[in-house]
Amino acid sequence: MKTAFPGGIHLPDHKAESCTTPIAAMPLLPRYVVPLSQHIGAAAVPVVKVGDAVLRGQMIARRDGALSCAAHAPTSGVVSAIEVRPMPHPSGLWDLCIVIESDGADAPVAWQPIDWENLPPEAVREQLADRGLAGLGGAVFPSHIKLDPANDGHWPVLVLNGAECEPWITCDDRLMRERATDVLQGARVMQRLIGAAEILVGIEDNKPEAIAAMQSAASPWDDIHIIAVPAVYPMGGGKQLAQQLTGRVTPSGGRTTDVGVQVFNVGTAAALWQAVSQGEPLICRIVSVTGAVERPGNFDVRIGTPINDLITAVGGVREDAAGTLVGGPMMGFLLHDEAATVSKAVNCVLVRPQADFPPRPRALPCIRCSRCAAACPVSLQPFEMYWYARAKDFGKAQSYSLFDCIECGCCSFVCPSAIPLVEFFRYAKGEIWAREQEKGAADQARERHEFREFRLEREKQEKAEKHAKAAAAAKQGASPEDADAARKKAILDAAMARASKARETASPKNTTDLPTDKQQEILEIEMRRAQLKQAVDHQISDIDADAREAEENNG
Amino acid sequence: MIGSPFSHSPDASVSRIMLTLLAALLPAVALHAVLFGPGIFISLILCSVFGLALEVLMLNLRGFPAQPFLRDGSVLVTAWLIAMALPTLLPWWVYLVGMGVAVIAGKHLYGGLGQNLFNPAMLGFTVLLVSFPTLLSTWPAASLLAAHTPSLTESLQLVFQGASSISLDAYTMATPLDNLKVNLRAGLTIQQGWWPTIGAREWVALGYLAGGLMLIALRIITWHIPVAFLAGITLTALILKLIDPAHQAGPFFHLIAGGSMLGAFFFATDPVTAATTPIGKLIFGALAGVIAVFIRAFGSYPDGIGFAILLMNAAAPLIDAYTQPKVLGHTRRRRPGASE
Repeated sequence: MKTAFPGGIHLPDHKAESCTTPIAAMPLLPRYVVPLSQHIGAAAVPVVKVGDAVLRGQMIARRDGALSCAAHAPTSGVVSAIEVRPMPHPSGLWDLCIVIESDGADAPVAWQPIDWENLPPEAVREQLADRGLAGLGGAVFPSHIKLDPANDGHWPVLVLNGAECEPWITCDDRLMRERATDVLQGARVMQRLIGAAEILVGIEDNKPEAIAAMQSAASPWDDIHIIAVPAVYPMGGGKQLAQQLTGRVTPSGGRTTDVGVQVFNVGTAAALWQAVSQGEPLICRIVSVTGAVERPGNFDVRIGTPINDLITAVGGVREDAAGTLVGGPMMGFLLHDEAATVSKAVNCVLVRPQADFPPRPRALPCIRCSRCAAACPVSLQPFEMYWYARAKDFGKAQSYSLFDCIECGCCSFVCPSAIPLVEFFRYAKGEIWAREQEKGAADQARERHEFREFRLEREKQEKAEKHAKAAAAAKQGASPEDADAARKKAILDAAMARASKARETASPKNTTDLPTDKQQEILEIEMRRAQLKQAVDHQISDIDADAREAEENNG
Repeated sequence: MIGSPFSHSPDASVSRIMLTLLAALLPAVALHAVLFGPGIFISLILCSVFGLALEVLMLNLRGFPAQPFLRDGSVLVTAWLIAMALPTLLPWWVYLVGMGVAVIAGKHLYGGLGQNLFNPAMLGFTVLLVSFPTLLSTWPAASLLAAHTPSLTESLQLVFQGASSISLDAYTMATPLDNLKVNLRAGLTIQQGWWPTIGAREWVALGYLAGGLMLIALRIITWHIPVAFLAGITLTALILKLIDPAHQAGPFFHLIAGGSMLGAFFFATDPVTAATTPIGKLIFGALAGVIAVFIRAFGSYPDGIGFAILLMNAAAPLIDAYTQPKVLGHTRRRRPGASE
């Protein structure tokens, strides 16, 4: 099969390091730290107090509004703190977490299975939401929302994403090998909820065992198709896989559901089936721990497990360890603090072996070789975007469809000049958002000012008129009330017209009418922006610094 | 680095691209040495030394460290291309002037590697061609045809002292393109028993062809520009031949003569100065080929490859602007000049 989307790259997959052993259980830990915002959307609101006793699976934080996700106790014990702790997040910021001291009993709360075949879809979605279900592929979008076609009525195709295109990560591979039936049962429930006619499961062809296991598990159903797709990065992108399996191209700025395709990670389907068949909330996920650790493999990890405990459980890091990544090498991030805990987003903890991650060569000037354009899965021209982003000509960068960039990293990977292209694009996006927000604030201030000027002028006029009228009335004794009302109306109309004209001329922005998840994303990027700006300025000034150095040496 | 990706392709480096380009010139260098004697090595060494010295000088003047910019190898590619494009056994200062124009005006005055509008080597060569047309048409004759092939000592004498015991006529010979021009000017037509034949330099073109195919196979360059360029030459020459068979040389001659192959695979494909989009590359290559043949057929210079490529270099940004590929998920291409 050919790759349906443009570009893409072949990467050394490094799957063998962690995919040969079965998924192992983790020992019960004395303490778990459950973050309140692990997902896209509003942070969960704690429903327990410090000192409360909790049971495994008990809801400890509820959803805040529709786009939010509940959190549950990973084991039984006592809530010892609700405080800010390091988060597994690229920003390295700390955020509110619920700390649970485990009592060792691991006593569960009594959950009821969900009668998904008889309950109406809304009720099933509500129950899934109560169980904290969210996408386990990395984006952690609350599943009850993704399972609701709402105005679309239904989505004809359900795609299960088992591509797992990032090197090193094997949690989905092991899941499909060992728990294929759970995955497919979960998919059946999803299929009913979104009204899909067929289920397409895309698995990269470098995982023959997973393909075989899924195929044999799928044999009872003829509307489930297990499809081997080429192992080309970024096959596991939702839009890329949807295009590969259905040929449908998601419009720019849209979602796959715009073309009738809903995509879920295989891990989400398995977790959903746990929630439906056992009633169990999402308190556990599979995490690959790999790279420079003593015993790489996959583990059933409770949400809230500190990452350093996880690394200890695999025998600790080897001597050649060079920093820890969360996620894969292409789209993951450097972990700032290993005290951060496994959230629903953490699919892999990759301790970088030095040999596989040599320092990136220093960036040289772009030679416009366009290898980045050939590798781009969205047909962008990264070298043009880089050119303008570097020159801080953000409008021009945006005109080259900067916002279509999925930050997959293909361009940075193939660049012979080793330019950190994606870093420049994140920087440019952040700057554009920031400027639009600044402009929004400025517009508001200007409108306020203009209205004040208008009001003062109006008051002056009114006062003058009143005086004139009083004088006239004193002269003639006639009532000028009708004329006064008409004048007031005229002034009001003029103000309304001016306001609506101002609205019309205001240019559309990327930051208006955004869905909540985008706003969340903007906030996160905003947080990273300061750091990034520094990093990019550093990159730009690298050459200048060398120049200065050379100058100093010379004279 | 604080952001992803954390991997970089170990094969991707500018110096690897440049070294491969140098390697791809070796078949032509070998053919050159066999056919014309050791003069080519003097040219290559002279241009390389001048190039490296000028590069260091310019980096210094601009306040840049020589490392790592020297290590990218780009100046060696410029040097070798000029050496290959020029006749051998010219006085040494001709090579210096060529390299000076290429490195100083063609590269560093624009801001260094990646910033230049024109291919530096092409610019250096063309300035020499315009300034010293006679010198640049004194191509050494192939060893088989020459009355005398200069030895290494004689070659060195020619280059550094500008003279030797042997006379110019003994070892030089007009190129086929010169012949064509001169004979046509003299009122001869191709039907009058005279036919433009290919000379020894045209055999070297086969070396460029081999090296160029190697570059395509190794994915250093894409096929678009060379194929379009050669197709542009072929079609234009064919049409001219059909219109005026008495005065036109025909496609085969144009493909193999002069700088066609060198231009197609090594000059026109310079990524910095060529068009970058797939359609843009086709337009860029084809127009360069068409213009080159027109200059050969109607211009006052025997060869037009250099002028054609420089003209298209200037047009490349415009071509890029009008040939942007459609971004996935968009319904139309980017409009040129769009700013937001």
